[in-house]
Amino acid sequence: MVGIVGYGVYIPRYRIKTSDIADVWGEDSARIGKGLGVFEKSVPGPDEDVATISVEAARNAIKLAQIDPTDIGAIYVGSESHPYAVKPTGTIVAEAIGCSHDLTCADYEFACKAGTAAIQTTMGLVKSKMVKLGLAIGSDTAQGRPGDALEYSAAAGGAAYIVGLKNIIATIEETVSFTTDTPDFWRREGEDFPSHGARFTGEPAYFRHVGEGAKSLFKKTKTTIDDYDYFVFHMPNGKFPVAMGAQLGVPPEKLEDSLVVRQIGNTYSGSAMIGLARVLDIAKPGARIFVVAYGSGAGSDAFAIKVEDAIEERRGEVPTVDDYIARKTYVNYATYAKYRGKIKAM
Amino acid sequence: MAEQGVAQVWRRIRTIYNILGNRCTTCNTYYFPPRPVCPTCRRKGKLEDYQFKGLGKIYSYTIVRQAPEDFQKQIPYVIAQVELDEGTRLTAQIVNVNPEDVEIGMRVRACFRKIKAFGSGGVIVYGYKFEPTMHVTGHDE
Amino acid sequence: MSDRVAIIGVGMCKFGELWEQSLRDITLEAGMYAIFDSGVRGADIDGVVIGNMSAGRFTGQEHLGAQAADMGGLGDMPAYSVEAACASGGAAVRHAYMAIKSGEHDLMLVLGNEKMSDVNQSEAMNTISVAADWEYEGMFGATFPALYAMMARRHMKEYGTTEEQLALPTVKNHANAEHNPWAQFQRAVPLGVVMKSGLIADPLRVLHSAPVTDGAAGLVVCREDLAKKYSDTPVYIEASEQRGDTLALHDRKSITRMDAVIYSTKSALKEANLKVEDIDVFELHDSFSIGEIILTEDVGIAKKGEGGKALEEGITEIGGKFPVNTGGGLKARGHPVGATGVAQIVELALQLRGDAEKRQVDGAEKGLAVNIGGTGATSIVHIIGR
Repeated sequence: MVGIVGYGVYIPRYRIKTSDIADVWGEDSARIGKGLGVFEKSVPGPDEDVATISVEAARNAIKLAQIDPTDIGAIYVGSESHPYAVKPTGTIVAEAIGCSHDLTCADYEFACKAGTAAIQTTMGLVKSKMVKLGLAIGSDTAQGRPGDALEYSAAAGGAAYIVGLKNIIATIEETVSFTTDTPDFWRREGEDFPSHGARFTGEPAYFRHVGEGAKSLFKKTKTTIDDYDYFVFHMPNGKFPVAMGAQLGVPPEKLEDSLVVRQIGNTYSGSAMIGLARVLDIAKPGARIFVVAYGSGAGSDAFAIKVEDAIEERRGEVPTVDDYIARKTYVNYATYAKYRGKIKAM
Repeated sequence: MAEQGVAQVWRRIRTIYNILGNRCTTCNTYYFPPRPVCPTCRRKGKLEDYQFKGLGKIYSYTIVRQAPEDFQKQIPYVIAQVELDEGTRLTAQIVNVNPEDVEIGMRVRACFRKIKAFGSGGVIVYGYKFEPTMHVTGHDE
Repeated sequence: MSDRVAIIGVGMCKFGELWEQSLRDITLEAGMYAIFDSGVRGADIDGVVIGNMSAGRFTGQEHLGAQAADMGGLGDMPAYSVEAACASGGAAVRHAYMAIKSGEHDLMLVLGNEKMSDVNQSEAMNTISVAADWEYEGMFGATFPALYAMMARRHMKEYGTTEEQLALPTVKNHANAEHNPWAQFQRAVPLGVVMKSGLIADPLRVLHSAPVTDGAAGLVVCREDLAKKYSDTPVYIEASEQRGDTLALHDRKSITRMDAVIYSTKSALKEANLKVEDIDVFELHDSFSIGEIILTEDVGIAKKGEGGKALEEGITEIGGKFPVNTGGGLKARGHPVGATGVAQIVELALQLRGDAEKRQVDGAEKGLAVNIGGTGATSIVHIIGR
């Protein structure tokens, strides 16, 4: 059956505390972390972008998968912060991880769920035997306009998943999607920062799409919450996935392990995929994982995943999500602004 | 003619993305960047491609505090000569480290970073930098 | 064929940030000075060779030979430049030496020049970096000071060289430059100031580093048998040697010595039938203070690792056993890259002629200059005798 042959993540080393951002803008710094459920967020170095994050995550995935990179027949990189508007990030990744030139590749954009869309595509290609292995990456260096609510959560990180039929460490039992035209968050061509619908991003956008995606997957797989050990929802902040879980009746302890957003913020295309990676880092063989990624605009991709025995012998070779979370250096707002190109004169 | 940097960067992509050098099988010396001729064996040398493992230790280093525009955002940054496990040395930036923690002999591994860009609209050059080897849960435990 | 090549005229412009003068102005000034000093007429000159590293990037002008011959009113003659990074000046001297020794030329004008202050700091740094391996050092962020800093770091580790010793070449060379009217910085700098100056690439500081300088220097050289016709005080090039090493510093077995310097010095001493003890005055390429320390060892003034100690003991001061960089060196005289190798010979010639005034080394008869290209990928050594 189709499944995950290997996965890897990358989270930049720098962090800024959300309380430090709040101080700059005169917000209540004591309450901001709790209010958002985001206490610090990852910040990319000045020499990091979606290509470098994707390559690091992909190299980890290849190492864990123990595959020959020339067996990869398709690469899709999902992001809303590709370094080039025109010129696929995937081409850079392919060359940097030592792929054959006989492969297909494209960049994806679907706000925060472009990476899971990439997983779905590679599943189709693998199942139809068009390619032996597919590489799906979700990676972002998300931007928030200085002072905007997004600035507290917009973070950087990525995850790479190698999808195949053999030697899988987790089976993808089913996937469904739910898509509508809902303008909750967008960035027009040529704009530096995205815009959003403020409270409109909640009920009609995130909650509706994640909820519908989840219901649809339960229905299609004829399963209930009790059949799953772990839940992963897209994490635009620390509040939404928790509220979503409560709405659906998910016991909080089944969601807890995926909530990386508290320490690293919203890594956009990387968000749900890093959350899933954290669960895969610790889950026992036989465990079942329920994942719903969300992308503004809007849509959701839901996956039912079962962890296989092989996962245990592959661990210990590449850094875990927690290893990356633990490796951190704080920067102040001034350094953050310099690194992120927020200082206009530079 | 090519737009600035384009062809110059493109022809070295394989070399600098993956530390792809070569090895003289006659004298068993490793070269990076790849050499067209083995300087020791010359025409008796036989060169074949070799991808370096990307692991090594710091041979010497400095903290750069005055740099041209391409690197100004990164000041202060660490430049080092890294002695790769294959015995070859190369020059690279050391990242993911506090400059004051760097020392000769420090274990490092290759990572993938942006090296420079030809302005905001030009091509981006990617390639190797090095970072301290990081903790991996379950490794050597 | 001539046995030796004579230097019959020397000249320079004052080195510094010469805002009012262009590359052609300073080249003309130094060239005319040398010609007047020699007593030759323009018509006696049968060729011009110029040492220049990067006028194309620094000023936008190439084809410097034609420019100099044209501006100097020298008319129709072979004129061109040679390039060996920071050793371009030495290469020009050596080129003329070979041209005259071969019999092809009789009397030539040698120039070295660089106009560095017309570009911004970023461009200046990048342009200097191309003296090393741009594609595998400079492009990756290794500035030129960074490369020398890595030599210094290793030297400190391997031989225990101290931060104070690193500062000593600067103190000595500035003291010497006080008496050189052509020097960029004609003032002494106390040790404490050097040691507290800003770091540019640890452990190297601003005051360990040669400045950005505009400048030009010139020599009139000719066949030995023609020398007395023009000059009462000719000095002679007794040896000219050049060696090379890997372009990139990381390809060298050791970065605390410069093999090209060791071999070119040995060859030059052999060619001149001299020992290092016979040399009365040295010009050692001190683009960074660690460079002078390493060269002090590599030419044989001090044992390996003891270059710093030699400075402490005052051996290389004027009045010491082996005076080094009497005109201020690259640090205090200034380092207009292409001009430096020629300026070194100007200084030695003045010393040997007894024209070095307050910085005169008494009774100097033999001088040796080491001009380095890049981080030691080129070393050009000249021995001058009277």
